[in-house]
Amino acid sequence: MRITFLLVLLYFLALTSCKQNKLHLTKIEGKRVEINNTIEASPDIEAYIKPYRTHIQNDLDSVIAYSADTYTKSDGELNTAIGNFMADAVYQESNPIFKSRTGKEIDMVLLNYGGIRSILSKGNISKRTAFELMPFENSIVVVALKKPQVEDLVSYLSKSKKAHPISQLKLSLNTDYKIIDAKIKGEPITDKVYYVATNDYLYNGGDNMSFFKTNDSLYDLNYKIRNALIDNFIKNDTIQPTQDDRFIQIK
Amino acid sequence: MKRRDFLQQTAASSALITLGGLGLSSFTEAKKNTKITILHTNDVHSHIDAFGPEDGRNANKGGVARRATLIDNYRNENPNTLLLDAGDIFQGTPYFNYYGGELEFKLMSKLKYDASTIGNHDFDNGVDGLFAQLPHAKFDFICANYDFTNTVLDTHTKPYKTFLKQGIKIGVFGLGIELNGLVAPNLYKETKYLDPIEIAQDMTRILKENEKCDLIICLSHLGYHYKNNPNKISDLKLAEATQNIDLIIGGHTHTFLPKPTIAKNAIDKNVLVNQVGCYGLYLGKIDFYFDSNNNKTANGASILV
Repeated sequence: MRITFLLVLLYFLALTSCKQNKLHLTKIEGKRVEINNTIEASPDIEAYIKPYRTHIQNDLDSVIAYSADTYTKSDGELNTAIGNFMADAVYQESNPIFKSRTGKEIDMVLLNYGGIRSILSKGNISKRTAFELMPFENSIVVVALKKPQVEDLVSYLSKSKKAHPISQLKLSLNTDYKIIDAKIKGEPITDKVYYVATNDYLYNGGDNMSFFKTNDSLYDLNYKIRNALIDNFIKNDTIQPTQDDRFIQIK
Repeated sequence: MKRRDFLQQTAASSALITLGGLGLSSFTEAKKNTKITILHTNDVHSHIDAFGPEDGRNANKGGVARRATLIDNYRNENPNTLLLDAGDIFQGTPYFNYYGGELEFKLMSKLKYDASTIGNHDFDNGVDGLFAQLPHAKFDFICANYDFTNTVLDTHTKPYKTFLKQGIKIGVFGLGIELNGLVAPNLYKETKYLDPIEIAQDMTRILKENEKCDLIICLSHLGYHYKNNPNKISDLKLAEATQNIDLIIGGHTHTFLPKPTIAKNAIDKNVLVNQVGCYGLYLGKIDFYFDSNNNKTANGASILV
């Protein structure tokens, strides 16, 4: 006990002699503070942000197209006008890019139902509309799929019973949700390689789309889904998509 | 037990503290009591403007301009304040899409952030995109477990930084999350992810023994805890696997902790783990009180959360 005390004393003296002061941590208080409208905004910071905000708002809100109606993802069972618009826009905008880089054509597009993040309201369309439809940064990738994987893809769609947006694929199911007919660009699925455009989220297994995984032929277009939508809006004065027969159940 | 550890632990006993007063009186320069305030944010994700009154979840919350007022008030109350961010500054509003993080960094500089670690979304425009915005940041990026040697970020980040506030030396080191599987490889390029626990052990040794820090803070983007994958490294795992860390400021999992968690470290001492959700809705505030004549127990300071 005595030796311990001495050691402690020595240690302490050694410690204090090389430090200006020796304070001890005695108490810790921790909390979180909510930031809400009871706190006055700093006028200096507000003024600093303002030109940036104004620029973004002007750009986001400038009208780039017109929507003929209000379209929502609950408008149809297995395909919807809004989903068809998104998948077709991705096809139309990315196929020329893919073709110029690889000499090949995109055969079909598959997006996911959950990826339609808002409605498309009747009236003016701005860039903000595209941010609302697609707030995420996902970009378009083209995956080379062989026949068995394409069959898995089609089977996935028949089992999911959801209006996942597709383009260039036509799929008919019977009353038991069994596949009656599946065609890509009007042709039956054969033993060739299909170039399927999707987004990087789904390619990486999102929404359990496992048929994209373990595929070594991937083309990243470095082109965001949102930008494809914006480019498509700009090219088309009026957006007037329709629900059609691309994915249906024959009752 | 190592001799040094033994002595350090014994030094905390109350018998010694009476001597503490004597020791101090002959050197004293600093005030008797010092309070260090740590303010922190995480995962602000480009949320510069406050949420509007119509927002379904966060109506009238957040906003950098309000945060500035709050921070100013706390700094006026206590000049011995550090302001830290635990990463994912980027991505979430058009401010990032339009300006690539420029405004986020400029505002954090105006708010006088002292340091930030790097989150996975801070790589969303690649190492090059992050590098391009660095001139707008007047604060340091601290990350010890990313090896940027073969990237443009080499030498532009620090593993740790120390701050001296009224005689109290505070060491802050940073830890980032594994990027593989979370960020596309073409974005993080040749950034190497190093084991957070091993790095934390190195860092705490350097900060405690070489730098003689009185307070050690880990700025982490590892995530608070993974319920469905409890073996994955997280702030709670880190706390229990290390020693000498006083506070882990976390991010990534957008965990809204109503109050800091008191965890136990590898030698059964307390570690505070805190995270304030996301989008700048909250500011975390941790006050460390240092006292010369005190009643510190063997188990460390009393914690009020």
